[in-house]
Amino acid sequence: MRIKRVAAVAAAATLALGMTACGGDDGDGSGSGSKGLVGKAQSQKKLVIGVKADQPGLGLQTGSTYEGFDVEIAKIIAKGLGVEAANIEWKTTVSANREPFIQQGTVDLVVATYTINDERKQKINFAGPYFIAGQDLLVKADSTLAGPEALDGKTVCSVTGSTPAKRIQQEHPKADLQQFDSYSKCLPLLENGKVDAVTTDDIILAGYAAQTQYVGKFKVVGKPFSSEPYGIGLKKDDKEGCEKVNEILKAAASDGTYKTAWDSTLGKSGKAAPELDTTKLTNCGSV
Amino acid sequence: MHVFADQANFDAYVSGFLWILKLTGAAAVLALLLGVLLAAFRVSPVPVLRGFGTAWVNIFRNTPLTLIIFFCYFGLFSTLGLSLADDLDLNNYWLGVVGLSVYTASFVCEAVRSGINTVPNGQAEAARAIGLTFFQTLRIVVLPQAGRAVVAPLGSVLIALCKNATIVGTIGLMESSSVMKDLINSNGDAVIAIFAVFAGTFAALLIPTGYFFGWLANRLAVKR
Repeated sequence: MRIKRVAAVAAAATLALGMTACGGDDGDGSGSGSKGLVGKAQSQKKLVIGVKADQPGLGLQTGSTYEGFDVEIAKIIAKGLGVEAANIEWKTTVSANREPFIQQGTVDLVVATYTINDERKQKINFAGPYFIAGQDLLVKADSTLAGPEALDGKTVCSVTGSTPAKRIQQEHPKADLQQFDSYSKCLPLLENGKVDAVTTDDIILAGYAAQTQYVGKFKVVGKPFSSEPYGIGLKKDDKEGCEKVNEILKAAASDGTYKTAWDSTLGKSGKAAPELDTTKLTNCGSV
Repeated sequence: MHVFADQANFDAYVSGFLWILKLTGAAAVLALLLGVLLAAFRVSPVPVLRGFGTAWVNIFRNTPLTLIIFFCYFGLFSTLGLSLADDLDLNNYWLGVVGLSVYTASFVCEAVRSGINTVPNGQAEAARAIGLTFFQTLRIVVLPQAGRAVVAPLGSVLIALCKNATIVGTIGLMESSSVMKDLINSNGDAVIAIFAVFAGTFAALLIPTGYFFGWLANRLAVKR
């Protein structure tokens, strides 16, 4: 608890400093309006956004540029907040450091295959979801493995400590679980038959299967056995920013920019753009 | 400490360190045997053996352990099809033991060779003079003295081995560092406590080991 208090004081101090630094813009805005996401976008015209760097189709880094569906969504949101795509500073996040990055203010937003769940809601705020994924299996193109119930005695590959890995351990304890620190290590093993399946969210698997070196070799089984709503993470107390992001998502769903984002990235795998169900957007922490 | 009050977490913690101990134990035995053999090669009169010993040490001592372990998994097992056990965890364990052994053997070899250099030349010359062969000289005269001189350095190698064993986590064995990462992932509010427990356990295992080897080295030292 002591540590938390120190961190809170430090955060408050940082915020206070930040406010004095740009006091000219928001001298009168002593309320919540100026310190959140919206305030920062208005006053500084730039944002730091955390995305994945190793997930083809969603967030993939090539050289110094990032591309994928998450990245496109992030650009839409930035545009809605009045920030040019050129003024976005991209930051690579991995699953384990997303909450700390938001809490410590290293990034303003996280759009990184970020499943909304109650545990994470304790620490941060979620806008969205902008996509509903589900855990699925990636198998060889000629495999007859029909779904998770056929996994007994088979070897499944996933990432150490990830939600998909834990679900396999709990719900299919008879399956052998080979764990690595990234999914890309699982693929060569699947290719030469050392593992029978790779498991994580279907959308991520589709991204891997669509990589040029693997085209035609793998298929996604297509029987999702979980529901993973992908949200956009921001600071816990930034209700205003969260609501604004949801508004932007609603607008993107109706004016077709959401579909364009899909078509230019994941849509290339042949999958039609999903409907963005704006009635399911989060209430931004208001109870 | 609420993290370790949960039985599942505590079991994971215990089994993580059991894997470390098992890895260290098996790799220590193999590396010691292999290392002494390599040291014998490096001081032998046969040029081919000397070359083999030198090459082994230079290759494995200068390759990052992570790469060696990866090669054991992706090269030996995945590509070449060498399977050391049917059980997934046991297979990963033995692949890890192989990697740790070939790596650590190069350090054992160099430690033992430095020990051999502490034995005065006159000893080997005297042994030859009374008609002992090379292997008799090594076994009866040189190695027993060299062994006593290298107890302390071998202790350091063992301590390094124990810590290096965490690298086997990269090929999927749930040893202590993987368990730690896992616990930190799901208990982001107790990062420092979890880290302290794991680091403390390593210290509790290894500090006494260091003192034990220091004491042993003192006791066994050849008084000249």
